[in-house]
Amino acid sequence: MRTRTWAPYALIAPTLVLMAIFLVYPIGSVVYYSLQRYNVTQPWKNGFAGLDNFKQMLFDDPLFWQSLAFSAKWVVVEVGLQLLLGLILALIVNETFIGRGMARALVFSPWAVSGVLTTGIWILLLNPSTGIFQELSNLGIGSPGTSVLGNPDTVFDALVVTELWRGVPFFAILLLADLQSIPKDLYEAASVDGASRWRRFTSVTLPHLKDAIILSTLLRAVWEFNNVDLIYTLTGGGPANQTTTLPLYVARQAVDSHNFGYGSALTVAGFLILLFFSIAYLRLSKFGSRA
Amino acid sequence: MTETLTRRPVDSAPPPRQPTKKRRRAVAEEPGKPWMIHVPLFLYLLFTLIPFYWMLVFAVRPAGSTQLVPWPISFEHFDTVWNDIGFGIFFYNSVVMGLGVLVFVTILSVMGGYALARFKFRGQRVFLLAMLCSQFIPGAMMLIPLFVIFKGLGLLNSITGLVIAEVAFQLPLSLILMSGFIRNISVELEEAAMVDGCSRLRAFFAVVLPQLKPALVAVGSFAFIGAWNQFLFALMFATRQDKFTLPVGLSYTLGEFNTDFGALAAGGVVAAVPVVLVFAVVQRFLVQGLSAGAVKG
Repeated sequence: MRTRTWAPYALIAPTLVLMAIFLVYPIGSVVYYSLQRYNVTQPWKNGFAGLDNFKQMLFDDPLFWQSLAFSAKWVVVEVGLQLLLGLILALIVNETFIGRGMARALVFSPWAVSGVLTTGIWILLLNPSTGIFQELSNLGIGSPGTSVLGNPDTVFDALVVTELWRGVPFFAILLLADLQSIPKDLYEAASVDGASRWRRFTSVTLPHLKDAIILSTLLRAVWEFNNVDLIYTLTGGGPANQTTTLPLYVARQAVDSHNFGYGSALTVAGFLILLFFSIAYLRLSKFGSRA
Repeated sequence: MTETLTRRPVDSAPPPRQPTKKRRRAVAEEPGKPWMIHVPLFLYLLFTLIPFYWMLVFAVRPAGSTQLVPWPISFEHFDTVWNDIGFGIFFYNSVVMGLGVLVFVTILSVMGGYALARFKFRGQRVFLLAMLCSQFIPGAMMLIPLFVIFKGLGLLNSITGLVIAEVAFQLPLSLILMSGFIRNISVELEEAAMVDGCSRLRAFFAVVLPQLKPALVAVGSFAFIGAWNQFLFALMFATRQDKFTLPVGLSYTLGEFNTDFGALAAGGVVAAVPVVLVFAVVQRFLVQGLSAGAVKG
């Protein structure tokens, strides 16, 4: 099977070319731009800036620190809740009951919905005049005209619940797949030994799911950190920058202000932070060493 | 595994050793109390379905109506978004983009996946590592350099440009998944065919490809869904309205206070129906494919 050695290279060549142009080269140029003054609206000022962008970011830009803190809070809350609810959901639809196939298709379906569409749906649901809170207040529950997205006290909760709606199915799908790969005899052996349902869960199910949980939380944390679609369209980072994440800040530097130099410096910072935490997370969780 | 995937009927029957619920109860494995499944499942279904229902209601009731069960159904909002706002064009653009990405991601991931699964070559580990690392690269953070590249290549305001960028971003994960699927197909049949005088290429088309159908369905549909939902690139690289895709068009109908909810809802239904249908058909393959070990590569 290992004769013509050029074959694998020919097969991966198109992938390599695409990755070189659209992944490797852009990363290099982000690093380059981050050391430049590069603003499309003020081209006469463009030029080498050294570490000025980074100095400004670290010492003169409270919004950088604020957005970073919000990103951290967003990732921890969102991934934690998604994992918990996703695990419960996976355990439920892994049981045998009538209509299980249908139930799975329905509860997983928000996974296929885009961030923008999720925003559209939840704006309809949460709008103060004809939304669900208005309808509930017609029934005598809660107060009418509640605008959860415009109120600084409730906007975070609304954002979290909205993202849970389409984020929980991701965990449920991955964990369900892993649940199905647990050999049945493990459970039978545990039952014979008199293990309770809870005991079987903690000593058979959880250890088996460990790697899947580590991998899916890591992928999801990176993904939620980088998630721009939903927050950009649902709150735009407001009210008063309260829900601005670091990537959203970058996107606004790029799309609205056309300040490519400073935006690139923010990008480099975000990338380094992600890389650092990913490596630390994999190390600390001892990924791949199954108990 | 692949064999069972292709042959299995739509809803997998319960394992034969538990023919009825009663018999199952007699075995040592006691079932959970039914309310432990049904109550949370019911609550979660409400959480999932009420938002969809809300959109549907807003889409089909006439402007000004506040009925929660709208009747008679009106299609005025669909007429508005499709013909006046331009969702007809956005829909067309999204279909072209989705199918383009589907075709290229599927073909390239089969090629690369086959190389990873069936050959040992110098640089293999580096290649695999690079693809895994690419998962950490945030799309939002690539906007600036990609914009410059696209401008240089003359790919702004072109669906072709969007397809190329989306393929580049989706390919690493699809390729890794596909190599897992191919690795799960036994190599002996293929070797036998080659001993019998088949070329590797013929052996691939005659032996591997037929067994790969579920993987092609899964990877292809997820490429389509990903492309259909792509927002940031489409927003950044398409400034002319005739090049908008559905998410971009939809984003212009958004706004909590000052918006035409009927149009937003109808546009949402147009954007939702194709992906939700595709997903409903393929979600089973996803769970089975992942549990077949593809995710562990």
